[in-house]
Amino acid sequence: MKFFIIGYLLLVACLYYFFMQDKEFQESIQRGKDIYTDFCITCHLENGEGVQNTFPPLAKSDYLMNDREGSIKGVKYGRMGELVVNGVTYNNTMMPLGLEDEEVADVMNYILNSWGNSSTKMVTVEEVGLIVK
Amino acid sequence: MRNSIKALYLFVVMTNLSCAQKSDNEVNSPTQTTFTAELIVDGLAIPWGMVFLPDGSMLITEKSGEFILFKDGQKTTIANGPSVYNRGQGGLLDIELHPDYENNGWIYFSFASEEGEDKGGNTAIMRAKLNGNSLTDKELLYKASPNTTKGQHFGSRLEFDNEGYLYFSVGERGERDINPQDITRDGGKIYRIYDDGRIPDDNPFVNEPNAKKAIYTYGNRNPQGMAKHPETGAIWIHEHGPQGGDEINIVKKGVNYGWPVITYGINYSGTPITDKTEMEGMEQPIHYWVPSIAPSGMTFVTSDKYPAWKGNLLVGSLSFQYLERLELNGNEVTYREKLMEDIGRVRNVCQGPDGFIYVAVEGKGIYKLVPVQ
Repeated sequence: MKFFIIGYLLLVACLYYFFMQDKEFQESIQRGKDIYTDFCITCHLENGEGVQNTFPPLAKSDYLMNDREGSIKGVKYGRMGELVVNGVTYNNTMMPLGLEDEEVADVMNYILNSWGNSSTKMVTVEEVGLIVK
Repeated sequence: MRNSIKALYLFVVMTNLSCAQKSDNEVNSPTQTTFTAELIVDGLAIPWGMVFLPDGSMLITEKSGEFILFKDGQKTTIANGPSVYNRGQGGLLDIELHPDYENNGWIYFSFASEEGEDKGGNTAIMRAKLNGNSLTDKELLYKASPNTTKGQHFGSRLEFDNEGYLYFSVGERGERDINPQDITRDGGKIYRIYDDGRIPDDNPFVNEPNAKKAIYTYGNRNPQGMAKHPETGAIWIHEHGPQGGDEINIVKKGVNYGWPVITYGINYSGTPITDKTEMEGMEQPIHYWVPSIAPSGMTFVTSDKYPAWKGNLLVGSLSFQYLERLELNGNEVTYREKLMEDIGRVRNVCQGPDGFIYVAVEGKGIYKLVPVQ
């Protein structure tokens, strides 16, 4: 009986933690959508398809899905020069967006979980904070 | 029979009318190269504005907030610039010299500023003097309000007309349904002020209660090109529209250019904004681009260096990454051509006092167009 109660409480705690995390994750994605519409959509377009040979796609982008740190860095500080995405070489400038760390995390969570992209590990403010130029 | 001839005639006329813009909405590639592009200033990120000082040096504004003096082949960063709100499309923007710069030394510039109480930023206009490698005598001439953390549509270009009035643009700051049609609010407007920031008594809305008195035109979206016509002296602008709605307009006192009530463009998502492209009391553009080229920077060619281009308009394209040459017949665009194809995002274009054309490209620098003999 004692074990059952302890086990039960543990389970409830775990579930509670899991659902809260999930809620936080979903809210972050939702806020990220607004950031995307404000800062990213003019180049990367509505469905993250980008512009051929000019602005790389985000939808099903191998670079975005494989280089998490590089992607966060790009959103946080902007980037310049060559970048290979899905086998195509891009050579362009993405200006620094001036986003706060929380906004970087939100928009990362949005683009990592839209248009067929999926990433279960939430990008957190702390994770963004650790990434330096 | 007679009616059917009339009908046929009407049909032909209507067809011609509805296709009025078709020919100039095709962009051509030149068949021969008439110039080479020499990179004269390298290592620039987003060179938003540039002016030429009387000693032949160049003063360049970088969006990041840096003023760069390019003199004798050397770049020097100018100290004591304004505090710049570098977010989204905002940052240090355009720069212009006073028409009488040689005597009074005034330099004008526009930038996104956090000045004010609300969080975020909005477009500001300032003037200052260059002393050695530092800006001094800074005077804030205008600051649009309220601040917002939105990243879009700050404008902003500056231009003086022949009477010495200063014109500048402020974009609608991502609030298309709130700002552009409301003359009591900043944003989505062209403004006109005196060189010291005073508001002219004959500005169109000085007697309207609560109006922002510096407003000269409204219903604009995000103008990032402004140039004085070499013959008429009129101020021409172009503005970023939504998808398929970039426009060239001629600035006229008190006129409403219609955004977002009328537009030739649609949302980036492909959904319509309005089904109206014209309406009583709203001005038609003299040209609109389909698809959007994302225009930035504009100059008229007046020098003798490029005889075939004399009187043409040059406009940078950010999205298609080329310099566009537009031939004009009066106020009508008659021919469009791509120059410097695939050069990169063309942010600005100016004709220098030496008569050469200078083109600022993001991530690269400033090119001088040298005619091929």
